[in-house]
Parts: sequence; structure tokens; C-alpha cells
Amino acid sequence: MNRRPFEVLGERLIELVITICGISAIVFVFSIFYFVFREGAAFFFHGFKPGEFLASVEWYPTSQSHVRYGALALIAGTFSVTVLAMAIAVPFGLGAAIFVSEFCPRRMKETLKILIEMLAAIPSVVWGFIGLTIMNSLIIRVFDAPIGLTVLNGGLILAMMSVPIIVSIGEDALKAVPDTYREAAMALGATRWQVTYRVLLPAARNGLLAAVLLGVGRAVGETMAVLMATGHAVRIPASLLDPVRTLTATIAAELGEAAVHSDHYQVLFIIGILLFVITFVINLLADLIVKGIRKSS
Amino acid sequence: MSNDAMNPGWGGGRDPGVGDGPTSGRCSPLFSGAMSPRLQPNTHKEPCNDPGRSDPWEKTALLAILVLLSGCLHKTNRQAEGGGAVTVIQCAGSDTIVNVAQAWAEAFADVDPDVSVEVSGGGSGTGIAGLINRTLDIANASRKMTEEERKQARANTGQDPLEHVVGYDALAIFVHKDNPLEEISLEQLADIYGEKGPVDRWSQLGVTMPDPRRDKIIVTGRQSNSGTYFYFREAILGKKGDFRLGTLDLHGSKDVTELIGRTVNAIGYTGMGYATPHVKMLRISKKAGDAAIPPAVSTTLDGTYPIARPLLMYTHGTPSGPIQKYLDWIRSPAGQAILVQSGYVPVTTQLVATGSTPTGDAI
Repeated sequence: MNRRPFEVLGERLIELVITICGISAIVFVFSIFYFVFREGAAFFFHGFKPGEFLASVEWYPTSQSHVRYGALALIAGTFSVTVLAMAIAVPFGLGAAIFVSEFCPRRMKETLKILIEMLAAIPSVVWGFIGLTIMNSLIIRVFDAPIGLTVLNGGLILAMMSVPIIVSIGEDALKAVPDTYREAAMALGATRWQVTYRVLLPAARNGLLAAVLLGVGRAVGETMAVLMATGHAVRIPASLLDPVRTLTATIAAELGEAAVHSDHYQVLFIIGILLFVITFVINLLADLIVKGIRKSS
Repeated sequence: MSNDAMNPGWGGGRDPGVGDGPTSGRCSPLFSGAMSPRLQPNTHKEPCNDPGRSDPWEKTALLAILVLLSGCLHKTNRQAEGGGAVTVIQCAGSDTIVNVAQAWAEAFADVDPDVSVEVSGGGSGTGIAGLINRTLDIANASRKMTEEERKQARANTGQDPLEHVVGYDALAIFVHKDNPLEEISLEQLADIYGEKGPVDRWSQLGVTMPDPRRDKIIVTGRQSNSGTYFYFREAILGKKGDFRLGTLDLHGSKDVTELIGRTVNAIGYTGMGYATPHVKMLRISKKAGDAAIPPAVSTTLDGTYPIARPLLMYTHGTPSGPIQKYLDWIRSPAGQAILVQSGYVPVTTQLVATGSTPTGDAI
């Protein structure tokens, strides 16, 4: 091979650049974790009561007489809204992804994809506005509830926000399955549904799981829409028609007011760490599940 | 390198006739229409689309960018013609004040075109934090700065924050218009809002709701960086009191009446300027049995209405030229007329002179 020296150099340079890009992700994750933790660290080691934080519902950060930082109701709020959103969005999103990828006529597919991407581009504050006005009165009318700013409202809004992500990534995962798989299955006499169910879904499971996870990530991390749609009330919901408050909404609503480096400010950063831990655990579990699937099959 | 890559025109390399010939004549009106005249000569150098490759989206996007660009240029020109640099006053804080502050800023643009006032909300705490961080010239607040905040401001800016009373706000208690309740006492409010308050049903107040299934009180409030939240907590529950858990903490003054207008069994507090046709303001008595006072300009000014508070603006020390002029104008009859239009209570000259607050013992 007769290569000019500057081509070799150029390739090396590009290699170096993409290596830095790859490593930068790790650097970013760790430095974000470090800075978030540093902001909350002083209080975390001095005066922070983990028992109260995780087991008490009494969230009184600005009380004049007795300050209490119990985040249980906030954790329950995030949990309930996310679980509901996923219960709606995962079947709906995966179903839509399968339809768009496998069953949909070509022309309709293009239209659908554009529309779904548009759905993903709607700003979260607009979703929150829909929750606050349209969904609120709809829930009051349909369920005869006293108030429409509830777990149900937040869950539905979050589901609508996660579906486009699940659809577009899920569709990509299904599209990435080689056509030879489909052809081989068809040649063996499988129906279209059998091809999808027995061949495509197992082959694309990693990508589909990634799609679901990104959807969960969006639901856990979403702030503005849930702030507006859930009613922002500190309580453990007893039903879908109770208002709640989420961890993210609490940070958004209170960080602006908390004096920098006060206990309240640092507790909000500890909530940030908690959110970090939650997403980390979800990712880890998903990884383990994928590995488990791989081993058993 | 190929000829194609060196040619600035997109399609011109392959067919020079297209790029420089009739197409440029066809394209230029599109550009000159959107651009300011000053830039017109440049348009001839703009690459024109090859008709075969022209993409309607590309063209629209380009047009949009040019329109935006020309808009910007236009604005700069106008400002330049006005002579002298435009002084910008940054002003943010209380959601209670934000509407009237915006109205003031807009009206002041006609009074003094050389001063531009930029207003945003976020809550009194946000505004005061901005003053401490020196990102603001004026912090709007519907509560007083705490000693702690004053200390931080002194440490950070080297100046004592100066308080200016720009008006008064009567805090109204709102219920849905179909709620038969007409008046409420401060004690009853404490029972509804307090941490260990015993009242959570309308029937406990002797109210029969039109729909008996709507007996539960939906308690709404404000999020905890709102000055309204702090003022109401202190006025109703005392210095040491806390709100009950599970209230709906809404994110803006307007959201409160908006929500109550849709929810027949809700109660909430916010400035009386935020009333809508779907809600009702309750008359308030200090004790059960006392005369109940409706929230109004007159009752706030004579001090009989129990829950009213001053609207404040904080500056860094004694303000300089334009800021002082702005504050003076706000307290002039012209500025106060705008305040009254927004549903607040004006600072009368007499009250400023004596330095008393018209709000009775609730403050």
C-alpha cells in the first residue's frame, strides 16, 4: 500500500478526535455527578437525616418553627406518575413501532413518521398547558372528580410525551433487523404476525428495551409538564384521581427561592442525587435483564 | 479539487448559464424583499438555487431567516436614531406584581424612550435572589426581605437594599361562584389551612354544597417561593405556623383563580386583581361574629380589611438616575393609575408622607 504520510496523519487525528468524543461522555457523567454531589455534600454529612428523608411525608422546607425534609411523598409522586405513564406508553409505543415498521403501507409510513417526530418536538411546557386546561376539565367531566390535576393527568401527559420516543427508537430497532430474517421466516411459511412475534421482537429486543428505557428516562426526568399537570400537592396518592408532587417538580419550584448553600438548597441537590441514583438503577436493571435474556436463549 | 467544489454557486459548476443568467434575476426579488435596503447590493452575490434542485423548505427557511434578520436590523436602526445609548433596567420577582410591572414598563417606554425596562416574574424569592446576585436592578417583592437576605445582599453588593412601597395588594379568599359561602373568619381559614387544622369538609363550616358529593374542600395555595405564600402563612397561621400537607401549590397568581373557576369545591388565596367571572371573593372577619369586610380599595386604604400587604420594589442602595426616575414615575398619579387598573390599591401621597401602612394589624 502506498499511502501519503498526510493521509495517515489525518486518520490518526480523526481517530484521536473520536476517542476524545467517546471518553467525554464518561467525563461528563462523572463530573455532573461530582458537582451535584458537591453542592449537597456538606448537608449530606452534617445534619441530614436519611431516615426522615426516605420515610417521612412531611416536606416543610421553609417552616419557621420546625423544618422537615421528608421526601417520601415526592418519591411516591414520581413513582406513581412514571409507572402509570409507562403502563400506557410502552404497549402503545411498541405497538405503534411495530405497525409503522412492519405493517404500514409505504406512503402512510412517511406521513406517520413525520407526525410522530412532530409530536416529540412539542415543548414540555405546552404539554403542561394542555394538562392544566384541557385534560383537567376532561378528567373532571369524565370521572366526576373534584379536580383534574392528578396522577392520571400527569401520567397521561407523560405517556404522550414518551410515546414518540419509544416509537421512533423502537422503529429503528426493528428496521435494523436484517431483511434475510424476515425472508427466511416467510420462506418457512410463517404468517406476518408470526414473523413479527417470533423473529423480529426477539431479534430487536435490545433496541426495543433501549426505546422503553429512554421513555422511562423522559418520564422520570420530566419537570415542567408534571409541575403543571399533577397539582403539585405533597401527599401519597391513594388513587389515580389524587394530586401529587414529583421530585423534579420540587426542585424546579423551589431551587430558585432557596438561598444558595442553605440546608434547603442542599436538600434539593440531594433530591437531584436521588434522581440520578434512580435512573442509574433503572439502567443497571435493564442491562442485567438484557444479559439474562442473552444467556437463557 | 474539482471545479464543482470551488464554485460558490450550488448548481453553477455544472451549468454556468443557470447560476449567472436568468435565475439570478428571478431570485433577487425574493431576497431584496426581505432584506433591508442597505444590504441589497449583497444579494447579487447570493448563490441562487438551481431550479432542478430547489427545495421549497430550504427556500422558506432562508426567507424566514432573512425576515428575522431584517427585523433585527430595523430595530437597531430605530434605536440608533433615537440618539444615545438605551439604558436597560432589569426588574424581576413577585408574580403578584409581574402584571402591573409589565404594564408600567410598557407605559414607561413612552415616557422615556431612552430607558427600556425588562420585567419577568418567578416569585419574590427569585427576585430577591437576583438582587443579591446583582443580576437585577430592581427586585419586585410582595414580602419584606429577611434580615438574612439583607446581610447577603450587603456582603455581595456592598450596598444596603433600599425598600420602595409602590402599592398595596388586598389578598382575597376565592371560592367558586356556585359556592353558597359568602364570608369567612381568620380562625376558620386557619382551621382549613393549618398543619393540624380540623376542617377539611365544607359541611364543617356549615356550608351545604349544591352537590353533596363535593363536600371535601380542595385547598389550593401557592408554591413556596411566592411572597403570597409567606405573607398568607404569617397572616393566618402566625409566625410559627405551617400549612397542612396536600394543598395544591399552584405556580402563579392567575392559576389560583383559573383552577377555582373550574373546581366547585375549591378555596384559594391570591391578589384581588386576579378575580374572574367564575370565582367569588369572600368577605373576611377577624373573628367569627365580627363584621365581615369585603376586599376593596377603600377597605384596604382605611385598614379594615385584615389581609392586605404592601407591594415592594428593592434597589441597590439609593438608585441612580434612570432607576430613580422610573420609581418616581411609578408613584406619580400616572403610574398609580395603571396600578389601580390592574386591581391593586394605590399609594396615596398622604400615606407616603406619614409612612403608615393602610393595612391594620395584620402586617
